[in-house]
Amino acid sequence: MSFAPLKLPDYHEQSPEVAARFRRIRERPVVLKVRDLHKTFGANGSGHIAFEKMSLDVHRREFICIIGPSGCGKSTFIRIVAGLEDASGGEILIDGHPVSGPGPDRGMVFQGYTLFPWRTVKHNVMFGLEMRGKDSSTADVEARQWLDMVGLGKFENAYPHELSGGMKQRVAIARALANEPRILLMDEPFGALDALTRCKMQSYLMQIWKKVEVTVLFITHDLEEACYLADRIVVMGVNPGRVLEVIENPMPRPRSTEQLLSPEFLALKHRLDELIHGPAGTEEEKLPVIKLTEAGDEVE
Amino acid sequence: MLVVLSFVLPLAVWAIVSYVPWIWHPLVHVTDPGGVDYFMTGMDVDRAVFAKEAANAAKAGLKLPQGYRVNPLYFQPPHAVAKAFYTAFTTPPRLPTEPWLHESLGHSIRTIMWGFIASSIFGVPLGILCGTYRFFAKLQEPFVEFFRYLPAPAFGALCVAILGIDDAPKIAIIFIGTFFQQVLVIANTVRKVDPALIEAAETLGARGWRLLTQVVVPAAITDIYTDMRILLGWAWTYLIVAEVVGTMSGITYFINQQARYRHFDNVYAAIGMIGIIGLACDMMLAWLATVIFPWKRRTRKAVLTPHRKYTAPESAAMVEKSSEGPGASSSATSAANLVGESGGAIAREA
Repeated sequence: MSFAPLKLPDYHEQSPEVAARFRRIRERPVVLKVRDLHKTFGANGSGHIAFEKMSLDVHRREFICIIGPSGCGKSTFIRIVAGLEDASGGEILIDGHPVSGPGPDRGMVFQGYTLFPWRTVKHNVMFGLEMRGKDSSTADVEARQWLDMVGLGKFENAYPHELSGGMKQRVAIARALANEPRILLMDEPFGALDALTRCKMQSYLMQIWKKVEVTVLFITHDLEEACYLADRIVVMGVNPGRVLEVIENPMPRPRSTEQLLSPEFLALKHRLDELIHGPAGTEEEKLPVIKLTEAGDEVE
Repeated sequence: MLVVLSFVLPLAVWAIVSYVPWIWHPLVHVTDPGGVDYFMTGMDVDRAVFAKEAANAAKAGLKLPQGYRVNPLYFQPPHAVAKAFYTAFTTPPRLPTEPWLHESLGHSIRTIMWGFIASSIFGVPLGILCGTYRFFAKLQEPFVEFFRYLPAPAFGALCVAILGIDDAPKIAIIFIGTFFQQVLVIANTVRKVDPALIEAAETLGARGWRLLTQVVVPAAITDIYTDMRILLGWAWTYLIVAEVVGTMSGITYFINQQARYRHFDNVYAAIGMIGIIGLACDMMLAWLATVIFPWKRRTRKAVLTPHRKYTAPESAAMVEKSSEGPGASSSATSAANLVGESGGAIAREA
């Protein structure tokens, strides 16, 4: 059976509103500037290349998604930006100042929640505030505000193990934001959640991002997630890890789930698919034919 | 239910061996020596000896000795031990200089607590430092690793020479026995702290000393607490060897003294009391943990839980059925065919 593919617009086509928005974003100051950053594992840079030289300017309040298959170095990249790993070369500037080592100006949300199990939800959010030397009554008030903002005000005295995965991740977001970081780094934050919860979390994140003055660098391997969330999408490839293309998302804001059926969305997703999985019609890798079962009717 | 049974089963075995006359009971308690010269009323002799002497007496036409089968004196029945639990406390010591049982127990508990506390004051912080920083691990662990192989009782004579014959050498032996294990066990526990928690704390601005006090220690504290419970159990085993060093003291002295008087019921009761004190102490600490660590979920008791029962797949049953005759359903037949063709193939329903 054959079918005619939909006529899709070019993903470069932007409506005047979207084009104007990108112009405005480009005029904003650069929060995170990455220059020729590269990483090679192993002694003397002789080993495995995590990713080749890459440069990126992230403007204030921009939402950037980095997408790519496993092993493209996207996680290593964000961990280097967070200061949790050292780069082999290149530099990272936050508001023009070079940084090294982790710091509260770069908040991080991990895939594995990483809430402190011995602290209640509120005290988890207060952690960063305490580390920055705020007195406990101020920290308390601020922590409550952040929890109210992620919709978990009622759970301030619960312990992390009493919360669902989605709720834990909202606490983790509140905890990172409470430090008022210049940039929020999110390393596949919804990867461990089920599909329904993930959809909800994406919508929560959009709402939070609207309310808070923060720039987001978001790692995912979910194409739809990137299309739904990002202003710009950095597509990375493997062997060696490198940037294939930086795409300006043509979907207008505010976004809704209905837009996931729009031609712009399909065009964008199609392009991402091509970049990541190779052009359409590429032979899939076939498994060797070994038959272990026999059934009356064959599974097609 | 199973908790009760875990005690009832060994007790039942003990009761059976004690009270059922034809199980074990290797001795004969002589009630009437009859014609045997060296038998005396109240004497326990080996069954074989008794039988031989009885036969000799019969041959010689003398009066037959009388007796009944008993267990040896060192094997006391449950009721005697149970009674001793009470009477051991109420019986005054034979000599006025000897301690009462409760005094002996108190002495032992004091010794063990001092030894354990002294060890923990140094062992816990050092263990945490070794687990947290490479510097301390490299500096301490090779020596600690070497030292922990030296059996604590081997230091007995040395401890007495240095510290005298009273309680100090005993506390020192418990210290030596506990401390080196403690450092290694706690260092290991600290190393198991999830590195992601530390990374998260770093991105939130935690540094140096605060990373240790605010993240590493609270993250490891519940497991350290569990380690301490286990180590306290070990300390009890060192107590018994420690108490024979210098002047024998505490519960070990009591046990030895009672064994010398052949009051084996008291010996059992005293040993049982160590177990009861240990168990009660551990249960109290376990309960205390739920109070001071409210975030701690109940610990897993076993790796396999009964509700994760493995049920044989249906297809296996169907293969069996269809192999009886060709009248079975088509899918079952195909499964049977498959098994017939390829032996141990994976049969799964489509």
